[in-house]
Amino acid sequence: MPNNSLDVAALLDTLDVNLKQLIQDRYLSNPLMIGIRTGGVWVAQALHTRLAITEPLGLLDISFYRDDFSQIGINPNVKPSHLPHQIDGRNVILVDDVFYTGRTIRAALNEIFDYGRPAQVILAVLLERNGRQIPIRPDCYGASCHLEPGQRIKLTGPAPLALHLETIPAIG
Amino acid sequence: MTKNIQLNAEGKLKHFLTIDGLSRPLLTEILDTAESFAAMAGNQVKKVPLLRGKTIVNVFFENSTRTRTTFELAATRLSADVLNMNIATSSTSKGESLLDTIRNLEAMHVDMFVVRHSLSGAAHFMAQNTAPHISVINAGDGQHAHPTQAMLDMFTIRQHKPDLTDLRVAIIGDILHSRVARSQIFALTTLGVKEVRVIAPRTLLPAKVETLGVTVCHDLQAGLQDIDVIITLRLQKERMTSALLPSESEYYKCFGLTQAKLKLAKPDAIVMHPGPINRGVEIDSSVADGPQSVILQQVSNGIAVRMAVLSMAMQNSGEAR
Repeated sequence: MPNNSLDVAALLDTLDVNLKQLIQDRYLSNPLMIGIRTGGVWVAQALHTRLAITEPLGLLDISFYRDDFSQIGINPNVKPSHLPHQIDGRNVILVDDVFYTGRTIRAALNEIFDYGRPAQVILAVLLERNGRQIPIRPDCYGASCHLEPGQRIKLTGPAPLALHLETIPAIG
Repeated sequence: MTKNIQLNAEGKLKHFLTIDGLSRPLLTEILDTAESFAAMAGNQVKKVPLLRGKTIVNVFFENSTRTRTTFELAATRLSADVLNMNIATSSTSKGESLLDTIRNLEAMHVDMFVVRHSLSGAAHFMAQNTAPHISVINAGDGQHAHPTQAMLDMFTIRQHKPDLTDLRVAIIGDILHSRVARSQIFALTTLGVKEVRVIAPRTLLPAKVETLGVTVCHDLQAGLQDIDVIITLRLQKERMTSALLPSESEYYKCFGLTQAKLKLAKPDAIVMHPGPINRGVEIDSSVADGPQSVILQQVSNGIAVRMAVLSMAMQNSGEAR
């Protein structure tokens, strides 16, 4: 994967354009934006400003909703989710940093639906990569990329935001 | 070194039976995890799916209101299924042994026992004799231990006084019969407080209590000097088998916490009590309901701390499956 595609500012520009188009196509008035901790919140903050959304950003911590709890245990520093507004009937833009297996999004949707019944949820991510494990995919993204087995991409932030490509040593 | 039955092969909490023998990092992990759950209490939705599909049995051989209800709330907020065994109406009253009760509950494919018993060591006995995938949580055994109560007390103290190593803590009253006091002493000393001071008449102190690392005082007025945290204890009349006190009114006069005596501690001292309170015996109503009292916060925190313990123990119980 070429390194220039890891330029976060350029990815945000593309995502911004794609998201605005999607909002127009789907007639999404007065959308509510929700970022998934931690990286998704950083991306959401940037988009929130660019789209000039006035309502405060919703923050979602999906740690308690993960399906791999019995394997990895709980992170003792889970921050509370903060969804400031009624979810019922709203158009929700859910934002994450890197889309990979889809499991994080499944957990996030479960949590959102515990709070109410949104009219629509669309998923915007900075970067989509290969490796989906369930039938969930983003509605718009800044870029899509293909990683080799053992490669991983991670967003660090909040200032500056940067994407890092890492190679994980093979296990066992 | 003998293996601590409370820990699994990786040194993680599997059973929670006593504070004694647990490390400071482990106690801190419980408090930190509880912090995350405490923050959820303000959410519209107070329930998370962490323990969905798991079955927790509350096996209470002894009465309890706060402990059983907060354990039940903790389990249901983690989405576990909860079975409350009312032992008064169970087969135990028909002569079934504890071991047979355990075998029968195991046969119902449960995942965790929360047990309260009037005999010291009952929870330990269950942990030793139960199937390897089942976790046992001690909700109070005889005069031995009540570890989740001690941890919710530590959590409440930490909310008000974040640096525990700087604190002088007084525990006042019936230390002799109190499993809560024993667990608190282990927790406070493990977490490194500056001083744990026990204040009680000689008849209500266990022999050689100083060996637990506490200082001993028999005079409440003198004992409250420089104290940051005051823990009052219930006079456990139901466990008193001999005449340990002249009368309740005399006890109140000497060891009851009143507004006037409270002034002898540090001005920002907090007042705690594990409940149930005997108003006008160990504590005056105006203190129990006063601005320095955190007694009801202890109850709220009980839910978060028990959620932390249940989820940590459940998560670490799978190795032997």
